[in-house]
Amino acid sequence: MTTTTATDPVTLGALLDRIRAGREFGANVYSTLDVLQVLYDRVLRITPATIDDPDRDRFLLSKGHAVAGYYALLAAKGFIPVEWLDDQGGPESRLGDHPDRLLVPGVEIGSGSLGHGLGLGVGTALGLRAQGRLDPRVYVLLGDAELDEGSNHEAIAYAGATGLAGLAGLTAIVVDNRSASHGWPGGAASRFTVNGWTAATVDGRDHEALHTALTGHDNHRPHVVVAVVAEEE
Amino acid sequence: MRDTFVTSATALLDDPRTTIVLADISAAAFAPAALRHPDRVLNVGIREQLMVGVAGGLALTGQRPIVHSYAPFLVERAYEQIKLDLDHQGVGAVLVSVGASYDRAAAGRTHLGSADVALIDTLRDWTVHVPGHRDEVPGLLRDVVCGQDSAYLRLSTQSNARAYPDAGDLRVLRDAGPGAPLLVAVGPLLDAALAAVEGLPVTVAYTHRPRPFDTAGLRALAGAEVILVEPYLAGTSARVVGAALANRPHRLLALGVGREDLRRYGSAEDHSRWHGLDAAGLRRSVGEFLAAVPAPA
Repeated sequence: MTTTTATDPVTLGALLDRIRAGREFGANVYSTLDVLQVLYDRVLRITPATIDDPDRDRFLLSKGHAVAGYYALLAAKGFIPVEWLDDQGGPESRLGDHPDRLLVPGVEIGSGSLGHGLGLGVGTALGLRAQGRLDPRVYVLLGDAELDEGSNHEAIAYAGATGLAGLAGLTAIVVDNRSASHGWPGGAASRFTVNGWTAATVDGRDHEALHTALTGHDNHRPHVVVAVVAEEE
Repeated sequence: MRDTFVTSATALLDDPRTTIVLADISAAAFAPAALRHPDRVLNVGIREQLMVGVAGGLALTGQRPIVHSYAPFLVERAYEQIKLDLDHQGVGAVLVSVGASYDRAAAGRTHLGSADVALIDTLRDWTVHVPGHRDEVPGLLRDVVCGQDSAYLRLSTQSNARAYPDAGDLRVLRDAGPGAPLLVAVGPLLDAALAAVEGLPVTVAYTHRPRPFDTAGLRALAGAEVILVEPYLAGTSARVVGAALANRPHRLLALGVGREDLRRYGSAEDHSRWHGLDAAGLRRSVGEFLAAVPAPA
């Protein structure tokens, strides 16, 4: 079922502080926080009770280094005990600097090496289609620099080409903080739309705009949401 | 073997979990199956990273992927996807290659795949089958597809004259008596190995399953001399044999495809000869190995 309770920013901040434990976070932590909140508060149909339900929505964090906000949200929503946030990355911790699906309930893929999530997401969407499960959606979160990896473009081209035949349930989310070394002239979304995807480019801080974009798929083609956040954030 | 594989894999589509993932190679052969099962015969185009990534995603939903291409494109090009999109996710797939070490020798270095088994061997808990005859393929494919774990089937145009479907564990085909040197031949090199030791007091055992290697059988059969004959990179199974026999004195000769890029075309038979894997070459190597007497301690 859809969770509609907004995560309290104070609670989330406290959970993040607990993970941070005095360390400095990279910009990636804050650039993905808003989209993660909107996903877990308002979009994803998944709860701690349904993490093995074949009809659940899937959220695949492809840019696996964006873990702090991810772990904080998973704790806030009850997927993992809050105590797990302490000693993140320590020798006894289940929470690495990149998430491992075998160690963390609610984590759909182990990621870290960039460029793996979208292919896994395409396969997940195709597997659901083969089983006749047309309800669950598959969301894959990437970064604009991650798009440098050629494997993404294999997935973008193929997903667009198959379109109606099965990948209508796929949504890619590109958090664009202009971190790709050579940029994406014309915008990241154009790499998708030229291959037949629908796209929405929105302010990555605007929760209403994110929600509209994340639920703005037409159910006929794969969909991409480019969430633009300020540089160096 | 490829035709047998296509027929067998198509039949396995009767199980709704079975899903075949291709990257153009053999797509025409699977076209009739794709017409009947458009959701479960997927050709992603010439995109090997995606092919394996899609297999990982399919397996995450509970499907059983069969992934197929040329050995170097399937295993070498997409190695990180094999490592991360399958193993690290805790899911399995069945990888089936054609081309072997030098089936298409005239195509040159780009289509030679001798490192495949060694690369798969960097991963844990994979089953590797190297059939030596087309009639070994259907049973081996069915067994691994019906399982959950990852498996690699290495098909080749090279073949022995007859099939030994039950040769996962070492199967003795020539017994030279207790203590005789043991030659283990893998897959399609069996016939050449048997011819090579004609008249020599050497026991010959065959397997089409180098992983998991039948170490119990090896320990039961091995004397002081062991000869490995593998149709892929020389020494691929040397570490397994070494570990299995670590607590007893032994000498090991590990024969297989050399590392050098020969930069020559020709036929598979030519490459077998150049790598010393034809009967004459094997006999030469085995003879030198057995003639060498270890220096006294």
